[in-house]
Amino acid sequence: MNAISALLRRELTLAMRRRGDALTALFFFVIVASLFPLGVGPDPKLLHLMGGGVVWVAALLAAMLSLGRLFAADHADGTLEQLILTPTSPVVWIAGKILAHWLVSGVPLILMAPVLGIQFGLSGAELAVLMWSLLLGTPALSLIGAIGAALTLGLRGGGVLVSLLVLPLYVPVLIFGAGAVDGAISGLGSEAHLSLLGGILILAFMLTPWAVAAALRISIE
Amino acid sequence: MLEGKSLACVRGERTLFSRLDFALGEGELLLVQGANGSGKTSLLRMVCGLLAPEFGEISWHGEAIASCRERYHADMVYFGHAPAVKEDLSAFENLDLACRLAGFPAGRDDVKGALGYLGLGHCLDLPARSLSQGQRRRVALARLLLTRARLWILDEPLTALDQAALHLVQSLLGEHLAKGGMVMLTTHQPVAVAGVVPKTLQLS
Repeated sequence: MNAISALLRRELTLAMRRRGDALTALFFFVIVASLFPLGVGPDPKLLHLMGGGVVWVAALLAAMLSLGRLFAADHADGTLEQLILTPTSPVVWIAGKILAHWLVSGVPLILMAPVLGIQFGLSGAELAVLMWSLLLGTPALSLIGAIGAALTLGLRGGGVLVSLLVLPLYVPVLIFGAGAVDGAISGLGSEAHLSLLGGILILAFMLTPWAVAAALRISIE
Repeated sequence: MLEGKSLACVRGERTLFSRLDFALGEGELLLVQGANGSGKTSLLRMVCGLLAPEFGEISWHGEAIASCRERYHADMVYFGHAPAVKEDLSAFENLDLACRLAGFPAGRDDVKGALGYLGLGHCLDLPARSLSQGQRRRVALARLLLTRARLWILDEPLTALDQAALHLVQSLLGEHLAKGGMVMLTTHQPVAVAGVVPKTLQLS
């Protein structure tokens, strides 16, 4: 446990020292979501209907943008080798790293989402559902994305490859996340979608650290 | 007791070495020698458990290292080509966190003392990005002062070090060996540790 708290402290300190990295992804999120009203026109009804989906797609792309940082820097400076050689089980510190990644790149998206939702005319209840869906969905994005980041570690053009690998895997999260907001807008209710998102999160939490550990083992050889 | 039996290493299509045996007992220094590209680093990574041997087995106190991973890693420290020093953290934070992550937390004064011993006392709180290559390697080497691991696996620890640091490292090795520690080392520089006749392992 001591090692994990040290890891979290290290990751968060590093993120604080390089605030620019996290802010870039956040601004990317804001800009992508703000492009849609410019592209599809100012019809408030249309924007209201597509608001949830647009914010979700933007969040997904922003989450992917920050995946490169998850292992690449540690791989380059030798820290990853040292982590693998600690007596702590790899699954434990990998989960710690993903948690830190979510805190730095996922949580700001959740906090920024209502501001973007207002742009699309979402009501208070709809904004709450949007935030709930992101709260359950973004950790799943970090977890699933970590597999892609670990597999493409040290490859040339890894950034593009990561999107090809990871985006298809993000589809279920996107469908249920955007579906939850749609449910709130159309009055059909969003509980089912949120429960399924929660299910995906639990499944991802149980399985991905093992997959990432195996992928890192291959990449480091 | 660390033992390797009939190890083979294949990188790409090339066989770097095969049927390699070695044994390292308490208080012994094993010097791995060979030309560039002869597989020294691969052998060391294999011994750490970062690289699976193509053939053969490495055992720690008679048990295969894969089956006693946690105990083995708790008793081993690896110093690789990359110093594992984060540019955005200070020398102090780097060493402090490295020790905590490796499971041997050291007190503030011990960490400072270790850095001071390696001549970094005046730049404890400077971000590592402002340190020179040699100073960064000294930060990484300071781990050796704090660890309680018995087995040290050092890949070219003397690169980029000045004469003073060279002597420090050699005296560190001497102390560790005198306490019954084990060291496996690659280097292209001559190493002289007082009172110890190194075993050599020649890779061709």
